[in-house]
Amino acid sequence: MSEHFPALVIIVPLISAFLISATGWLNKRLCFPIAVFSLTVSLFASIGVLMMVLENGTVQYRLGGWAPPWGIEYRIDHLNSLVLVVISAVAVLNIVTTHKPVQQDFSGKEGPFYALYVLFVTGLSGIVVTGDAFNLYVLLEIASLTGYALIGLGKDRAALSSLNYLIMGTIGASFYLLGIGYIYLVTGSLNIADIANLLPDIYDSGVVLFAFIFCMIGLFIKMAFFPLHAWLPNAYSYAQSSAVSLIAPLTTKVMIYVMIRVTLYLFTPQFSFVFLNISKPMVWLSVLAIVMGSLFALSQKSLKKMLTYIIVAEVGYMVGGLWLGNRQGITGSILHIVNDAAMTLCLFLAAGNILYMLKSDSFEDMKGLFVKMPFTMAAFTAGALSIIGVPPFCGFFSKWYLISGGIAAGEFGFVGALIFSSLVNVVLFFRVIEIGYYEPFTNHPNAHQKDEETLFNEAPRDMLVPLLMAAILLLALGIFTGHIVTAIIQFAIPTGII
Amino acid sequence: METILSIKPLLAILVSVTAVPFIVFSKRPNIREVWTFIAAIAKFLIVVSMIPVILSGKEIIFTLVDIFSGVSIGFRVDSLGLLFAIVSSFLWIITSAYSIGYMRGLNEHSQTRYFSFFALSLSATMGVAFSSNLFTLYLFYEMLSFSTYPLVTHHQDMEARRSGRKYLLYIVGLSIGFVLPCMLVIYNMTGTLEFTKSGFLSMDVSPALIAALLVIMLFGFAKAAIMPFHSWLPAAMVAPTPVSALLHAVAVVKVGVFCVIRVITGVFGVELLSNSHLNIIVCVIASFTIITASCIALSQDGLKRRLAFSTIGQLSYIVLGAALLSPRGFVGGILHIAMHAFGKITLFFCAGAIFVATGIKNISQMDGIGKRMPITMAAFFIGSLSVIGLPPCGGFISKWHLVLGTLDAGQLALLAVILVSSLLNAAYFFPIVYSAFFNQSKETRVSNRIDEAPIWCLIPICITAIGSIVLFFHPEPFLSLAQMAAESIFIK
Amino acid sequence: MNEILTTIISKYNYWGFILLMMIGLYAMMVKKNLVKKIIGMNIFQTGIILFYVSIGVKKGATIPIISHGHGKEKHVIHAAEYINPLPHVLMLTAIVVSVATLGVALALAIKVYREYDTLEEDEINKKIRDQAK
Repeated sequence: MSEHFPALVIIVPLISAFLISATGWLNKRLCFPIAVFSLTVSLFASIGVLMMVLENGTVQYRLGGWAPPWGIEYRIDHLNSLVLVVISAVAVLNIVTTHKPVQQDFSGKEGPFYALYVLFVTGLSGIVVTGDAFNLYVLLEIASLTGYALIGLGKDRAALSSLNYLIMGTIGASFYLLGIGYIYLVTGSLNIADIANLLPDIYDSGVVLFAFIFCMIGLFIKMAFFPLHAWLPNAYSYAQSSAVSLIAPLTTKVMIYVMIRVTLYLFTPQFSFVFLNISKPMVWLSVLAIVMGSLFALSQKSLKKMLTYIIVAEVGYMVGGLWLGNRQGITGSILHIVNDAAMTLCLFLAAGNILYMLKSDSFEDMKGLFVKMPFTMAAFTAGALSIIGVPPFCGFFSKWYLISGGIAAGEFGFVGALIFSSLVNVVLFFRVIEIGYYEPFTNHPNAHQKDEETLFNEAPRDMLVPLLMAAILLLALGIFTGHIVTAIIQFAIPTGII
Repeated sequence: METILSIKPLLAILVSVTAVPFIVFSKRPNIREVWTFIAAIAKFLIVVSMIPVILSGKEIIFTLVDIFSGVSIGFRVDSLGLLFAIVSSFLWIITSAYSIGYMRGLNEHSQTRYFSFFALSLSATMGVAFSSNLFTLYLFYEMLSFSTYPLVTHHQDMEARRSGRKYLLYIVGLSIGFVLPCMLVIYNMTGTLEFTKSGFLSMDVSPALIAALLVIMLFGFAKAAIMPFHSWLPAAMVAPTPVSALLHAVAVVKVGVFCVIRVITGVFGVELLSNSHLNIIVCVIASFTIITASCIALSQDGLKRRLAFSTIGQLSYIVLGAALLSPRGFVGGILHIAMHAFGKITLFFCAGAIFVATGIKNISQMDGIGKRMPITMAAFFIGSLSVIGLPPCGGFISKWHLVLGTLDAGQLALLAVILVSSLLNAAYFFPIVYSAFFNQSKETRVSNRIDEAPIWCLIPICITAIGSIVLFFHPEPFLSLAQMAAESIFIK
Repeated sequence: MNEILTTIISKYNYWGFILLMMIGLYAMMVKKNLVKKIIGMNIFQTGIILFYVSIGVKKGATIPIISHGHGKEKHVIHAAEYINPLPHVLMLTAIVVSVATLGVALALAIKVYREYDTLEEDEINKKIRDQAK
């Protein structure tokens, strides 16, 4: 049984996605339990995979028994087993909260929603486990297509933003496909590990160079790396919160994972860092992303919009960390994939709860929120402190590694940008917290009642508990950073990198 | 140095965090306050139980979890940390009693939040006192910053909002902007952040870099209120008085100077600083702060603001004591943590008691108030004696050692600074006492009938005032701890 | 001059796919009509499909079915005699992907049309601005 865990992670949600769309016609109430069940199975399988990897090292799973490089293999090492657990954990935590909002927002469409939800998770898990570059493209598009649909389910401008996202996303994916085509042209292989072995002889080939450029452009569009980020803020802020709290924590993070996979394991660090010699400009691009993301975030007037620009800045963190090209920087990047997924989840869940209760997320409507929704706001504050980078919340530790890597690489611009963005985050979040804390609650129908008890109006329990769990997760991830790095991440980085 | 592995420091920190849920979910205010007291007393007892171990020349260590290679969340109880912990945990008990009198006397809102965050702040303070490395120190320093924010801004009005912004800007802004990068630079150079007796920065680092790190760290720990990064402290006086009393005379600001002392002795080390004469920079900055703050205090009419500027000056005494790099000056500096705490908390308590009883905040309105509140003003007199540094109050002992320290270091200019500042202290405290007792009241609010603040306010005032006097005659527990701390650093 | 011409002509398949991609990109960037954008996107994807298909082709080779492959006796198989089937197979998947993308895109376009009663981007933007006021 346990040797089939890698396949179970994908197959269980894949099959249940079809099952859900079928049951959607028969009995809508069954959709939610099936989705929860399949994602939970997937979570346990992915934890099982992580345990296997920790025990025996890289796990190879041959689909249909065909040996690579001819067959498609799932190749799971420390890097992707970690990301896999992140994906399934976020998916499970988030799906619990969707029960009520989905009934409210998509009444009658539970079947399609949960089918898309589960299929999206399948796509992302597939991206992560596969060891085949073309298979990765297909799964990337599965995840993206379901993502477009989930975003497009929203109201008002959602469809338009989703269409823009679709066009940008398709350009990105096509560029990636083109890059892979170039690689295939010169190596004749699509297996990532196999390509890495074949490439060193042809480093100086122009085809390889262009393959690299195309892959990177494609991934940068997909991960919303500044200045290719334009699709993200609208798409994420007009989507329904039950969809966006799944998509926002995962999509960009998985794309960062793909970037790390491609630069370190497909094109080897020797090629990416030494031969190409583009680390410096890349780090400066990420500095630009961090600074501009933070500044754009400052000018927003609603919570979700602000959070989306913070994502743009955080993408800069991770891209920069990778291109520092040293062990600390890459550790920081990988750690930040985990931490940022948890932080973004926490913040978007909090935003979702606020939106569910208030029907608005503009700053003006958040007056007196600490009295009204104390638990949600407590979790929001935890997420905020984590993004700012206050120990012992996890955001601090990845930032520590990133800054440390920046100092070691002599990239003080990057160090400055990280500190700058921390300070901007203080302003960003305390502006929100101030409104919730100082200004009295006014637009409530019972506003004349001063009694605190009547103002208390917290989100339903099944939305609150996952949020609080996410907040506690931020603390736990922070405190056990040392364990995560020594047990997992240090093995996820190729040994050549110092 | 013999070390003992014990969970006690962690318990001392956790005891007030664990009290928070009980405080939050208590149904009745009386039960809620009982939880605060239980936590405060338990914390004090745990801290006290560590005294014999430390006095016998041992250290208590406990490592919670490793974070980076060479960096952990770890605790080490030495004489310096223990002294600070005793002072703040003892004064927490007193302040809790005072808080009840003050908060109920004024019928303040959100008292549950107030007591919860107070408990959290004390946990953070203990954490700073017991941290064994710069990282743990930073962690609890930040925890303290954020857990005191709701206390400072308790009134939730526009003034509180402005002060809160200033508070965050200085405290959090500087710790992220200054301390964090310095810490990372040091970690990248040395691969460790663990405090040692003689500092872990090696000699072969360029002096310019060391000087830069030293100055940036000094300003970065903005809680020490060293000029020009002091103005958050007067602004933070919008807080309810018990908060000002415990946090802005004892816990928060002393955490700032404690961090500075730890960095000077544990990171840079006495030897490195004395060889490179970089301590002079710190001395100059501290002296400047002492004199300037005292002068500004003279011109303040708000009693709490005057006390705030007095605090800024007194904090720099402690920094100066550490930066003199002479054993006796060091003892004086550390001792001043305790002595100033008792003196200044008394003064703040008095200010709060006057406000509760009469609603008066400004010194110009306090003529003749001594006739109405004789006990309070007598305590105020004792507190000011202690802060000025006159016998028979504890403040004399610490200033005496500081003066001796300047002589040992051969810095006559610094001696002059201390003496001039003491005169200034007297100049801004004695007029208050004089007019309170001997001037005729112009205010209708101040009658000649004796009408003191509530009993819950009065008892704590008496305890701390008497404490200040007792410390003059029996400074032993603190003095011996301070001397041990000095010995461990200066004699090898 | 002649040499450049020969390179251009001999690699006409690449020029073809680059041309298609550029047409697609142009349509996506410049066209204001959402359906035209979607058509551009499809052309863009088709360009890449063409590229993949063309790299599998060899002159004088035949379809990759080994007719005498059954039976017990061993045969020598000359790979050069067969067209590389793999890119073509991959493109079957890619075509499926692009059809699916097209489907989602058109569905979204219908949703946009229901919302704003138009598919012209500037008109939509104008409506959004009016709504904001």
